[in-house]
Amino acid sequence: MQVTMIVNGDEVTREIEGRLLLVHFLRDVLSLTGTHWGCDTSNCGTCVVWLDGEPVKSCTVLAAMAGGHEVRTVEGLAVDGKLDPVQEGFIQCHGLQCGFCTPGMLMTARALLDRNPDPSEGEIREAISGQICRCTGYATIVRSVRWAAVNAAPEVTS
Amino acid sequence: MQVPAPFEYARATTVDEAVALMGRFGDTARLIAGGHSLLPMMKLRLANFDYLIDINDLHGELGFIAVEPGVVRIGALTRHRELLDSAELAGVFPIFRDAERVIADPVVRNRGTLGGSLCQADPSEDLSAVCTTLDASCVIRGPLGTRTVSMAEFHRGPYETAVADGEILTEVRFPVRERGGSAYAKVERRAGDWAVVSAGSAVWLDDGGRIADARVGLAAVGPNTTGIPEISATLRGEEPSEQVFTRAGEIAARSCEPATDQRGSAEYKRHLAAELTVRTLRTAVARAARGEA
Repeated sequence: MQVTMIVNGDEVTREIEGRLLLVHFLRDVLSLTGTHWGCDTSNCGTCVVWLDGEPVKSCTVLAAMAGGHEVRTVEGLAVDGKLDPVQEGFIQCHGLQCGFCTPGMLMTARALLDRNPDPSEGEIREAISGQICRCTGYATIVRSVRWAAVNAAPEVTS
Repeated sequence: MQVPAPFEYARATTVDEAVALMGRFGDTARLIAGGHSLLPMMKLRLANFDYLIDINDLHGELGFIAVEPGVVRIGALTRHRELLDSAELAGVFPIFRDAERVIADPVVRNRGTLGGSLCQADPSEDLSAVCTTLDASCVIRGPLGTRTVSMAEFHRGPYETAVADGEILTEVRFPVRERGGSAYAKVERRAGDWAVVSAGSAVWLDDGGRIADARVGLAAVGPNTTGIPEISATLRGEEPSEQVFTRAGEIAARSCEPATDQRGSAEYKRHLAAELTVRTLRTAVARAARGEA
């Protein structure tokens, strides 16, 4: 079947199998390997991307279901080479160790800040509660998101 | 890599089209909404279908929360996040907010739907317990028209519902009565997990502050979400008190059929059934008395 969607602002059309998952479409078909493929069971959250502006776990969405919709991945966070404040926050506050969970954390953090520009630590922890950092670096992740909240207004990323 | 077996993907843009497609493909087809129960089962090849019919385009038609005099109607494609965010719904039935806060995680809640939760018919599923507690009825549309069934009729057994091949659950209706209060509580091993046990309570008070009616629904303690009519009969006419709540909890503990598994022993789950029944009744009565619904 043929699927057409907007990925990071660009329209893409590909021939796919109906059973292809969005995470594999992004990584294997479009070579957007920033989105990571982790647990495959919608538990770990490293595959989080935006579907029409909402964070979703792309291991549990069919690529076909994204047809006609807008997808944004971690590659779409920086605009014209300028990092998004959450990316800058992760650099400043050591928000990653091995980096495996980072793309999902960044996408969820950006969505949280777009809706709630000044989240409390509790609200940040709730927002990322469906995502796992196996380095257990949650304290610095929360600090990184707070850094982004304090140091920058939300970017218009569309 | 977990990948579903091959299938044909189709998309419905109206409820009528979904019904027509389901009628054409019969038991070889399945509707997919949020997909957060169905796709994991298909990845494990526990479920295999020749056709998947994507109904997410029906959100305009089936994604709604309508609070009306005497009834709340919720569209089957209403997502968990919409249920959690609705202040109007929480005003009438705070049990929804209690439950939605502990269903999966925020990202999963962006996709999962009320109808999908009920149609999955997992005995541990939280919204089934909420709907049982609130005496909901389910509106099912098929080629011959629309029919409405109670929650007791809707759940036929684990992973089995009254929705026949060629039919679609479109709406869930909740009767609203005066001076009501409701609450939900869940014990889970870690954030976002399935319940070890969870309980919902709804209570309606009379003008004198006595319990006019009450309902309790339990999840994860039997093959189906468990409504316990004996608790309702015991509570009716009683003055709310810790003694009365404890009696209800004892009935809950002996009425359920939990199984020992990796989440806990049957004995522990009976203990939780009692304790969570007491806690939710306490909160529901307090909310009813405060007029919080």
